[in-house]
Amino acid sequence: MLADFFSKMQPESAVGQRILRITGIIALIIVIMAIPDHVATNSAGFLPLGTVVLCAVYALFALGLNIVVGFAGLLDHGYVAFFLFGAYVAAFLMSDFGYQVSARKGSSEHQFSFDVHFFTAAADTIKGIHVSFWLVIIVAAIVAAFAGLLIGAPTLRLKSDYLALVTLGFGEILPEVFRNSDNVAGFNLTNGTKGIGPVDQISTGYFHNLPKLPLIGKIPPTIVSADNKTKFYVIVILCALFVYVSLKLRDGKLGRAWMAIREDELAASLMGVPLMRTKLWSYAVGAAAGGIGGAFYATIVGTVNVDSFTFAFSIIVLCAVILGGMGNVWGAIAGGVVITWFSYTGLTYIGGKVNSGLGTSINLKDYEFGLFGLVLVVMMLFRPQGLIPATRARQVKKADMKTANDGDEDLIGFGSDPRVVEEDRLGYGMQGGINHE
Amino acid sequence: MAPSWGHPNLYLGEIFNMAAAGISAPQSQDAAIGQTGAAEFGAPKKYTTESIVGLAVLGLAIAWIIWSFASGPTLFLQVLTIGLSNGALYALIALGYTMVYGIIELINFAHGDLFMLGSVVGAIFLEQWVGQKSSSATAWLWLAATMIFAMAACALLNVVIEKLAYRRLRNAPKLAPLITAVGVSFILQNIGIQLNGSAPHSRSSVLPKTSISVGSIDIRIKYIVVVAVTIPLLLLMTWIVQKTRIGKAMRAAAQDRDASLLMGINVDRVISFTFALGGALAGAAGVLFVQVNEQTRYDAGFRLGLIAFTAAVLGGVGNLLGAVVGGVLIGVIQSLNDGAPHFLGQKWTQTVMFSILIIMVIFRPGGIFGANQQEKV
Repeated sequence: MLADFFSKMQPESAVGQRILRITGIIALIIVIMAIPDHVATNSAGFLPLGTVVLCAVYALFALGLNIVVGFAGLLDHGYVAFFLFGAYVAAFLMSDFGYQVSARKGSSEHQFSFDVHFFTAAADTIKGIHVSFWLVIIVAAIVAAFAGLLIGAPTLRLKSDYLALVTLGFGEILPEVFRNSDNVAGFNLTNGTKGIGPVDQISTGYFHNLPKLPLIGKIPPTIVSADNKTKFYVIVILCALFVYVSLKLRDGKLGRAWMAIREDELAASLMGVPLMRTKLWSYAVGAAAGGIGGAFYATIVGTVNVDSFTFAFSIIVLCAVILGGMGNVWGAIAGGVVITWFSYTGLTYIGGKVNSGLGTSINLKDYEFGLFGLVLVVMMLFRPQGLIPATRARQVKKADMKTANDGDEDLIGFGSDPRVVEEDRLGYGMQGGINHE
Repeated sequence: MAPSWGHPNLYLGEIFNMAAAGISAPQSQDAAIGQTGAAEFGAPKKYTTESIVGLAVLGLAIAWIIWSFASGPTLFLQVLTIGLSNGALYALIALGYTMVYGIIELINFAHGDLFMLGSVVGAIFLEQWVGQKSSSATAWLWLAATMIFAMAACALLNVVIEKLAYRRLRNAPKLAPLITAVGVSFILQNIGIQLNGSAPHSRSSVLPKTSISVGSIDIRIKYIVVVAVTIPLLLLMTWIVQKTRIGKAMRAAAQDRDASLLMGINVDRVISFTFALGGALAGAAGVLFVQVNEQTRYDAGFRLGLIAFTAAVLGGVGNLLGAVVGGVLIGVIQSLNDGAPHFLGQKWTQTVMFSILIIMVIFRPGGIFGANQQEKV
C-alpha cells in the first residue's frame, strides 16, 4: 500500500522525491503515534490494544523470516528456535532466576545467587540478574544470530526440501532440550516446564523525564503490564528499525546477492556470489529479528514457558510472510498484522457476530489452524506472489507490459511470451512458472 | 537427482540380498553422476575423516546397546519386541513418504496427518458404528473390515489431496508444493480435532490382552498381530510395484517422468495410484496404531509422521526396501531409548529421533544403503 503510494507520487526530480518521502514518513509517524488512543477509544471489541501490540510483535517476526524465505528463498520451518533463544536470553538476564539457580551434587546443594543490577527498572531489593531491556535485546539479537549461524552452517548446503526438514528438526529439538535442562548434571539451567518468571518490565531510561508529548503523552519510567500504549511504541520502534535494516540490505550488495541466489543458485555462484556466506548472513539477520521479538515477547508476557515454542508458531509466521508477499517488507508486516489479528481477536469476533446473526453456535477459533493451512494452500495455488507482491516482481510485469504495448523488441530479456512474466511475478524467479494445466 | 528405487529390473528381494551382503544396490544413472568420489557404504576402500567418525559413532552405538543388553537382558528383549512392532508401523508410514518422494520429489508433510485420520476414522468405525469394543471372533472380523475401510478412506483422501493441491504445483518452484503440503497438514489436523477432540481420546482394543512367554520374556499378542498384518501388506505392495503393469509404470515414472510420458504412460494416473497406495498403507498403520496404543490423538500424525520420515531418510528417500529397514531400525531405536536400561528415556525421544534425521540428512542424504548424493556447494 505504502509502496504503491510512493511509486504513484514520484515526481521527476530527486529533491522532490526526497521531500515527498520525508513528508510521507512524518505522516506515517503521526498516524502510528495516534493509533493507541484511537484504538482504545473506538474499537476495543474489534481490535483491542493488546492485540495491536501482538500484531506488531508478529510483524517483527515476519520481517525476520521474510529475509530468510522472501529475500534468500530458503525455506525455514524452525523459526521458533530464534524466538526461543530471544525469550530465554530475556528470561536469564531480566529475572530473579539467576538468584534461585542452584546446583546439586549428591545431597549438598549449592546456590549460585547471582545478583547483578545494570540500568534496570527492577528494585535493588529484588535479587537476581537484572539488565536493561535495551541491552538485552542487543544480546538477544547476537545470541539468536549466532544460533542461526550454528544451525545454518551445516544445513544450508542442503536442497530446499531437506533444509525445510532439518530446520523443522531443530525447531522441535530445542524446546525439548530446554524443557529437559532443569537438571544438567545437577544444574538447573532452564527451570524446565515450570518456566522462568517474572521477567522485568521495560525501563524507559531517561525518556520519562521528557515533558508531556502530544499524542504520546507522558512516558512512564517503566512499562507496567497493563500499559499497552507504551509497549506499542516500543515494538513499533523495533519494527521500524528492522524495516530500515531490511530495506537497506535489500537494495545493497547483500540483498542483491540474496535475490540472485533465490532466482538461480547455480547462476549466482557462477557470477561470483559466495553462496554459503550469503545464505548464512540471511539466516543471521533473520534470526536477529526473531531474537529481538522473542525478548520483547518475554517482557510483555512476563514469563517464559517452554510450551509456547511450537511448530505452529513457525508456520503462523510463515503464513504471514506468504500471505503478505514473499520478499516484500510491507507485505510481511501486513501479513503479520492480519494473521495475528485473526488468531487473537478476529476469529472470536467474527464467530461471535456470525453466531448472534444466524443463531448458530460455531466456535470459529476451533478452525484456526485449518484456516491457516487453507491460507497456505490457496495462496500457493492461486496467488503465490502474495497479496502485496514484491516491487521487483511488479516492475518486471510493468516493463513487460510496456514492451508489449510499444511493440518493441524484448528489452529485459524475459522472452516475448507474456505468460512467462505473468507466471514469474511470484518473486521466486524464473526457473519455471507455475504450470496451470 | 533421480530418485533411486534401486535398479528398475531388480526385485526388492534381490536388493535385500545385496544389502545383506553389504553391497549397495546399483543406482540409476542420474544418481551415479553425483557419486563421484563418495565413499560407498560397505566398501570402505578409502577412509575419509567423515567415514572414520561415522564408523566410530556406529561402534559406540553398538557398544552402548551391548552394555544395555548386559545390564538387563529380559527388559532389553521385551523392549525390543515393542520396537519391532512399532517399527512395522513406521515402515508402513515411511513407505508412503518414500513412494511420493520417489515419484514427484515432494516431502509430503501431510502424510503423517493422513495416518492420524486413518486411526481416528478407523476407531470411530469400529467403536461407534459397529460397536465392537472387546476381544471376540466377530470383533476380529470387524477389525479386518475396519482395516479395509480405513485404507480405502485414506487412499481416497490422499488422491483427492493430490488432485486438488499438489498436481497444479508439480512444475512450480520447490518452495510452493512444500508450503502447500504444510498447509494440507494443518487442514488435516484440524479435521482430526473436529472428529477426535483436542484431547487424546481413549479407545478400546479388540485384540487379546494376553501375552506369550518365550523363555523369560513376555510378548504381547498385539505386537505379534501388528507384525503379522504388516508383513503380508508389505509383500502385497512389493508384488504391486514389481509385478503389475501399474507398478512398472510407477517405477518408470519415478526414473524419468518425461520419458515415461513419451512412452505413453499416463503419468497423472500413475501419480494418483502412488498416492492411493501410500494412503492405504497409512490407513492400515492408523488402525493398527489404535489397537496397540488404545488411544487416538489429533497431533499423533505430526510426531509419528516425522519419525516415519526419519525412517525413510535413514533407508534412503525413494528406496522402498530402505523405508522398511529404516522403519524397523527407527522403531527399535525409539523403544530402546524409551525403555531399555542406560538410555536417555522417553523425554528425549524427539531429540534422539530428530538428531538422527539431521545427522543423516547432512552426512548421508542417500540413506544407509544409498551412495552419498549430497549436493555440495
